[in-house]
Amino acid sequence: MAKITFITSDGNTTIVEGSTGSVMELAVQNKIKGIDGDCGGVCSCATCHVHVNPEQWDKTGAPDELENDMLEFDDNVSEYSRLSCQMKVSEDLDGLILTVAK
Amino acid sequence: MSSTTQNKVCIVIGASHAGVNFAFALRREGWEGEIILYDNDKEFPYHRPPLSKAYLTSEEGTEQSLLFPKENYKTDNIVLKLGIAVNTINKEEKTITLANGSVQQYDKLVIATGARPFIPPIQGLDLAKNVFPMRTAEDAINIRKTINNSLTKRAVIIGGGYIGLETAASLKKLGADVVVLEREERVLARVTAPVMSDFFTQLHQNNGVKVLTRKNVVSIENKDDHNVVVCDDGTKLNADLIVVGVGIKVNSELAQNAGIVIENGIKVDETAKTNDPNIYAIGDCTYHFNPHYKYHLRLESVQNAVDQAKAAAKAICEQEVVYDTIPWFWSDQFDVKLQIVGLSKGYNQIIIRQEEAENSFSTWYFKDDELLAVDAVNFAKAYVLGTKFIKSKQKLDKSKISDLSIPFKPNSFLA
Ligand SMILES: Cc1cc2nc3c(=O)[nH]c(=O)nc-3n(C[C@H](O)[C@H](O)[C@H](O)COP(=O)(O)OP(=O)(O)OC[C@H]3O[C@@H](n4cnc5c(N)ncnc54)[C@H](O)[C@@H]3O)c2cc1C
Ligand code: FES
Repeated sequence: MAKITFITSDGNTTIVEGSTGSVMELAVQNKIKGIDGDCGGVCSCATCHVHVNPEQWDKTGAPDELENDMLEFDDNVSEYSRLSCQMKVSEDLDGLILTVAK
Repeated sequence: MSSTTQNKVCIVIGASHAGVNFAFALRREGWEGEIILYDNDKEFPYHRPPLSKAYLTSEEGTEQSLLFPKENYKTDNIVLKLGIAVNTINKEEKTITLANGSVQQYDKLVIATGARPFIPPIQGLDLAKNVFPMRTAEDAINIRKTINNSLTKRAVIIGGGYIGLETAASLKKLGADVVVLEREERVLARVTAPVMSDFFTQLHQNNGVKVLTRKNVVSIENKDDHNVVVCDDGTKLNADLIVVGVGIKVNSELAQNAGIVIENGIKVDETAKTNDPNIYAIGDCTYHFNPHYKYHLRLESVQNAVDQAKAAAKAICEQEVVYDTIPWFWSDQFDVKLQIVGLSKGYNQIIIRQEEAENSFSTWYFKDDELLAVDAVNFAKAYVLGTKFIKSKQKLDKSKISDLSIPFKPNSFLA
């Protein structure tokens, strides 16, 4: 089980719990605003973009090449950007705080 | 608007990418009345793209690739009626009739009936065993079973489009002996440029798939334990499995019989509305206008299904909306990820940028000075930047695109 916090662009904070699937799927399941997951998690739509709390960057690790290429020219990219469809929910992510990108 | 939709009923015909995304979007936009989805497929709504890709080579069922988790239908109060076909629409009465004869009233109706595989009139095809199209989870499971249960694993794919090629790649991974038969002079002839066709032909051949072009299949001979596929030039191929991937037919008969205007699909306006004010249509079944490219078209893609669904939901909730997007699409074959943005129709110049890494390049389609589309092969940066350039219509210096000494950055290519 991992508890993950999402902060949405309207300032709302939602804490959700999950144990399987991707973080994007967990967000969609819990109707987190701003995470649509339109491509179904294949790194092609960037509608699952989040910013990881900088202090927790080592929890998630950096994106791989494809994900990085998708993010590099995104208008809202930050040093701590990830596509949440590429992050697997696991115990390691327990306590993670994510801000949904605009 | 809540007070106005509370006692209303919105019915959706077709519970796949378009219908399901529409239903959730409609709730999100504030519709308070009933939302009922009908589909003749019994499977809980799933993603179709994996069927020809990862799904075929895995042991999984569709539980791993549901469009939305089951709980969400409950929490959003979306009623899913599976295994039920809708037979007729009566737009004057505002009713639909189900296959079992029962009649349902609607206030708003959304047609998301998509498309079905086109089965060409090939002699003997209807009698042949182990012949499948590739559209539904059931098709994919049948294909998987047939190849896994066959000792000789000889697969013949009729049709070298994206679905045919993806299926070929997946079957190869499963250890099959795979031949792709294409009627035109090159694979992907209808959808992409010759350079891309060449690339994918080479990719398949390097991976041991036989790609044969200018092969018009005329008949299937049924032997005891296998079929023989016969082409008009006399070529004969033994097949334990035949996959038919020669394109689709739009499911528009239901709409047509109801008096809805059909033109290469169900004709809709920029809000996804048909010629009837209470009936909308979305996804693969629609013929719609793209404001960026300024022409009408039909699209078979997840992007179109999802985005048009969102537009229809807004429109039905009486919000201002225009369905205006730059189409995108992807395909996975072997270790290649193709990402396409834009519509290349009408291009008169192609620029190719080959990255240093093998199998990594991008094809840029121009009509004079306007960038129309980009095909990115294992190079998502070109896909993202292409999207930006197409949207902004910024003028580009074409000579810089293919120049590898120029760093791949947004400002590098501006004229
Ligand atoms: C194998 C495969 C791979 C693909 N890969 C990609 C890809 O990589 N990228 C991409 O963007 N797109 C891909 N696509 C295309 C994408 O899946 C379609 O564009 C998408 O499914 C369209 O969604 P839709 O809801 O409009 O139509 P459909 O998915 O066709 O759904 C229509 C639904 O309506 C139901 N229906 C029809 N008539 C009736 C009736 N009278 N009563 C009740 N129900 C009815 C059908 O059972 C069906 O479930 C792929 C498609 C396939 C088959
Ligand atoms: S869901 Fe499309 S990129 Fe993550």
